[in-house]
Amino acid sequence: MNAESIGWWGVPIGILAGAIRGGTPFLLVSLGECLTEKSGKINLGLEGVLLMGAMTAYAISYKSGSPWVGVMAAGIAGAVLGSIHAFLVSRPKVNDIAAGIAMLLFGTGFAFYLGKPFIQPSAPQLPGISLGGWSHLPQIAAALKISPLFVLGVIIAFIMRWVFRSTRWGMQVRAVGDSPAAARAMGVSVSKTRFICIVAGSAMGGIGGAHLSLFYPGAWTEAISSGQGLMAVALVIFARWNPVQCLWASLLFGGAQAVGPSLQAVGINTGYYLWNASPYVLTLLVMIITCSNKRTLAGAPGALGAGS
Amino acid sequence: MIIPPPSPRPQTPPLLELVNITKRFGSFVANEKISMKLPPGSFHALIGENGAGKSTLVKCIMGFHTAEEGDIVIDGHSRQISSPHDAYQYGIGMVYQHFTLVPAMTVAENLVLSNPAVPAVINWKMEMDRLRTFMKTAPFQVDLDTPTGELAAGQKQKVEILKQLYLETKLLILDEPTSVLTPSEADEALGLIKSKVTAGELSVLLITHKFREVFGFCDEITVLRRGKFAGAGKVKDLTRDDIAAMMMGGQREARTSGKSVRERGPVALELVGLHANKDSGVEAVGGVDLAIQEGEIVGIAGVSGNGQRELVEVIAGQRPATSGEVRVHGEAYRSTRVESFNHKVFLLPEEPLRNACVPQMSVAENIAFRNFDKPPQTRGGCFISRKAIRGAAQELITRFSVKTRSTETPIGDLSGGNVQRAVLARELGPGTARVLIAANPCFGLDFAAVESIHNQITEARNRGVAVLLVSEDLDELLKLADRLLVISHGEFVYETTPAEADIKTIGQHMAGH
Ligand SMILES: Nc1ncnc2c1ncn2[C@@H]1O[C@H](COP(=O)(O)OP(=O)(O)OP(=O)(O)O)[C@@H](O)[C@H]1O
Ligand SMILES: [Mg+2]
Repeated sequence: MNAESIGWWGVPIGILAGAIRGGTPFLLVSLGECLTEKSGKINLGLEGVLLMGAMTAYAISYKSGSPWVGVMAAGIAGAVLGSIHAFLVSRPKVNDIAAGIAMLLFGTGFAFYLGKPFIQPSAPQLPGISLGGWSHLPQIAAALKISPLFVLGVIIAFIMRWVFRSTRWGMQVRAVGDSPAAARAMGVSVSKTRFICIVAGSAMGGIGGAHLSLFYPGAWTEAISSGQGLMAVALVIFARWNPVQCLWASLLFGGAQAVGPSLQAVGINTGYYLWNASPYVLTLLVMIITCSNKRTLAGAPGALGAGS
Repeated sequence: MIIPPPSPRPQTPPLLELVNITKRFGSFVANEKISMKLPPGSFHALIGENGAGKSTLVKCIMGFHTAEEGDIVIDGHSRQISSPHDAYQYGIGMVYQHFTLVPAMTVAENLVLSNPAVPAVINWKMEMDRLRTFMKTAPFQVDLDTPTGELAAGQKQKVEILKQLYLETKLLILDEPTSVLTPSEADEALGLIKSKVTAGELSVLLITHKFREVFGFCDEITVLRRGKFAGAGKVKDLTRDDIAAMMMGGQREARTSGKSVRERGPVALELVGLHANKDSGVEAVGGVDLAIQEGEIVGIAGVSGNGQRELVEVIAGQRPATSGEVRVHGEAYRSTRVESFNHKVFLLPEEPLRNACVPQMSVAENIAFRNFDKPPQTRGGCFISRKAIRGAAQELITRFSVKTRSTETPIGDLSGGNVQRAVLARELGPGTARVLIAANPCFGLDFAAVESIHNQITEARNRGVAVLLVSEDLDELLKLADRLLVISHGEFVYETTPAEADIKTIGQHMAGH
């Protein structure tokens, strides 16, 4: 199990493994955020949802003995938090950014409070899916042992793309997000559509949390998320509100997270902390590059950030 | 008892009666005890000055608003219509005054989404085939794959009308559908709709400010004034003056400013080799050169979608020029706030609610956009006086007769024509303009307002303002312009003066021949 035996190959393999492992929470949260934003609202509370999901999944998996029950509970916990956010933003004059920050703080605090007793015990983990059996190198086999929730995320990404393009409901969501007045004129209920999108998006965020505590890193600690829920917001912009591009962007962010550790594994320690900052640098770069004075971004839902 | 809507939609136009409809917004009465009757196969005009309550009334029929009192009777049964979807079930459809297209979606997506009969999972191949077949018999052609946000106002309006034809609406409500169409396009559209009415396939309720359309197409007319019923009758029994008298309640002073003969001043606004792209990156304005002197109105005619919108947006600073330059008084002009203030460049863009207003902000705030940061609105360099803003707005509201409940009403709640007037008040009110750019300035205004705006523009010209007037209304251009240019595919293809103008030749150039 030491990186030396495959030498420098450890770096790309480490990054690949990290992209998939570390990208999974990004993927699920960004898909949830993508769905929410497509309906014209922002949910910054997904960071809180992520932590709540991680804590719930771990606790329920420990109590019930089944990690899958834990995943389901995480989804439900996310949906519950989401419904609070959805209710808040449906009130007149409630700003979705402010409500999101409140939910972020609430979700985080609540997760820490409820999660205290679960820091010590070890809960049953999700089984990995081995795609690396063909290789005799243990590093490759380990890198390609992927989370079932990653597979779930990939499936959701493609389903979402199809839903937005080819179903009446998906197109209604886009209409609500782009022009609420037009949606209303078509007889679509703006508040109902947004409610569903925010709740479903939060459920995805909760499941993303389950990956953290039940697969990788695979334990419940308070430092488990390090802001992935917030970075997912930048990621959605980077992905131009396109679910399948969220997948590629998540892999990129996950990979960036793994650069530091992979270099360390081959013995390069210089700039370890600097490398660890790369996802944040990437987030900033994304913000700078996509910020343009020319019109609104192509693909950006028109009602995003508007008071309606 | 409320009877649910019929589940197969009607195949023939329904008989619609409105009985004593009253609709209030807070304490404000927008419609008071209004009754009217629309037998199947009739072409009914609903007219009234800006803010009379026409849009509000038809929105009650559509289930967009709920009337506080009164009945909507369809084929003899009192019905509750609580959403546009209910209206659809009764075969009622409407083209709204403000566009209801989803800008990020293509024309095809908009049409398909608007159709409640389309199944939950959309088979795009089949829907596209159906759309293409439908387009073969459609009165106008629009590219199905363009996002509607990139369409000019006139094209959007065509899509809105196409949408209703595609939905097989039996009672069609049109809220000022032709404001952005050229007269020949309007005739074509209304002509096609009229033929369906004559064949008994359709009833129409047309809201319009154009007498030409009332006399050309309508059988009956209902007039509203200040939210109340002001008269009705058969069009063939009425004259233009009868209708105008019902609209205005007899009190109306006519006043037309003539153009004074004056020496033209130096060049004020200059476009040099201007190129600009559409949002999609396709070139929209292809090398335009133009010089407008002080005291001159240059009119630009063209079918919407030929680069007018992008041209105005470049001058307004809403869109970058890919090459070329705008010059004002000989200096390069990049339409910053400082430059537009120094050079006194003023602008009346099309779709003012979208391009020149913040809908959620109040009328007073919207009117103050040009000068809220200057004294007396701002004192001591940084303290904004709400009182001064309100006072200045109140004065302009009175002078330009903007109908609003108060200076604090959100401008998005004003009737279409009154939004236009509020913007006009902001741009022309101070009377300091030296360059004026106006795009379809009379979109949706009643005849009295049109007259007053035409007067304002003419007077501005007489004062020495250089005016660029982009309009899809040829009559307006011929009346106001000193020089007329025709734009087609982003280039000026023909120049004439109203005196020598030949409508036919202009039409041919507009059509791109
Ligand atoms: N949602 C709303 N809230 C408050 N007031 C409103 C609202 N909608 C319309 N009004 C007011 O009701 C009055 C009638 O408006 P309406 O839009 O029906 O006029 P209109 O006859 O269609 O005029 P126009 O020819 O200018 O379109 C206006 O004074 C307007 O300010
Ligand atoms: Mg109206």
